[in-house]
Amino acid sequence: MSQGINSSLIKFVVRLGDNNLILGHRLSEWCSKGPFLEEDIAMSNIALDYIGQARVLYSYAGQLDGGKNEDYYAYERREHEFTNALLCETPNGDFGMTVARQLYYSVFAYALCNALLKSKDETLSGYAGKAVKELAYHVRHASDWTLRLGDGTEESNKRMQHGIDELWMYTHDLFATLESDKELVAAGIIPDVAAMKGEWLEQVKDVIQRATLTMPDVNAWQMEGSRKGRHTENIGYIISELQYVTRAYPGCEW
Amino acid sequence: MTKTIQLNTTERDPELWAIADSVVDPEIPVLTLVDLGVVRELKRMDKGVEVTITPTYTGCPAMDAMAADLKRAFEQKGFEPVTMKTVLSPAWTTDWLSDYAKEKLNKYGIAPPPNSTADKNALLGKPKEVKCPRCASNYTSMISNFGSTACKALWKCEDCKEPFDYFKCI
Repeated sequence: MSQGINSSLIKFVVRLGDNNLILGHRLSEWCSKGPFLEEDIAMSNIALDYIGQARVLYSYAGQLDGGKNEDYYAYERREHEFTNALLCETPNGDFGMTVARQLYYSVFAYALCNALLKSKDETLSGYAGKAVKELAYHVRHASDWTLRLGDGTEESNKRMQHGIDELWMYTHDLFATLESDKELVAAGIIPDVAAMKGEWLEQVKDVIQRATLTMPDVNAWQMEGSRKGRHTENIGYIISELQYVTRAYPGCEW
Repeated sequence: MTKTIQLNTTERDPELWAIADSVVDPEIPVLTLVDLGVVRELKRMDKGVEVTITPTYTGCPAMDAMAADLKRAFEQKGFEPVTMKTVLSPAWTTDWLSDYAKEKLNKYGIAPPPNSTADKNALLGKPKEVKCPRCASNYTSMISNFGSTACKALWKCEDCKEPFDYFKCI
C-alpha cells in the first residue's frame, strides 16, 4: 500500500473508531439509569457493541500506523484529535432524545457497513461482516422505539419529536468526507459516504412518518467540522471522564 | 444425540481439538468453545501451539476470559508457548451451533435459535417459533431483544409464565 493511501486509510478507520467509542461511551452512561430494567440492559448491550467495534478499528489503525495500540487512540489523544461525528457526542437527554440519536446513527452505520462488506480491504470487510449483524439489531431497536414513542401518548410524542428536531442539525456531519477519502473510494476500499445521504434520508423519513412525527426541514442549517477535529463543547467532558484514570496513573494496567 | 464437531478445516489434529473441547464458555458452561464455534483453527508450531478464535460479538466481555482459559488448557497439557490469534472473518454465526449444542442449550434453560440465518426473518427479529425451554410451549413472546449477555434476548412463556433467555440468531 502506498504511503498516501495508508495515511488516508488511517484517518478513515480512526473516524469510524471514534464514532463507535464516543457513542458507546455516551450509551454506557445509561447503565443503571435506564427507564426500566430491560432498556437499561439494552442500552448497555448496545454500548458494548460499539465499544467492541471501536477496539477492532483502533487496533487496525494502530497496526497501519507503526504499531500504536488501541489504548493510544482511546486514552492518549486530546479533543481536537478525535474525529467522531458530532451526533455521537451529543448528551443523552431524555430517553426520546437518545432514541432519536440511535435512529439517526444506526441507520447511517448499518448502510455504511453494508457497503464496507464489499471493501477491497480485508480487515474492513471483516469488520463490516461482524458489525452489520449487530447494527441490524440497533436499527430495529431504534425504529421500534421511535414508533412506540411517536405513536404513543401526547407526552411521548412530544418528547420524541423534540429529540428528532434537536439532533437534526448534527446529522449532515455524519456524511462528512475528507479530500483524502477520494483515493480510498477510487481504490474500492470505502464507499462514497457523502453519496449515501439520499438513501439515509429516505429510511429515516419512513420511520419518522410511520411514527406520526414531523420530518425536520431537510434544508435547515447544519453543523459541521468533526472530521477536522472541530467539536461541540460536549467532547471535553466525555474525554475527561474517559481518560481520567490513564491521565492520573499513566501506564497503569488493571 | 451424539456430538459431531462441524468445522471447516479439512484435517484436524485430534489431540489439539480434544483439549480445546474441554474448555467451556464462561457464561454458558454447558457449551464448550468448540461447540460454540469460537475456536476456528489449531496449529502445532515448532514450539507450542497457535490458537485462532473468533468473537461471537465484537464487544463480548467474555472473549478475554475465553482466550485466557484456552491458553491455560493448552499450557497445562505441556504446549508452550500458546499464541492466541483473533480473526473476524468469516463472521461468527449461530448456524455453527450443532444440533447437539442446541439440545444442550435447551436443556440448560436457554432457547436455541430455531432457524438458520439464511432465513432473513431471523435477522430481522422474527424468529419462526421460539419454544419455551421449560414447558416446550410455542406460545411465547419477546420481552427485549437484549438480554443478560450480548448473545441472548429476553423472552417469556405465555403458558407457564416463566421468563427465559433466547440465544439470538445472527
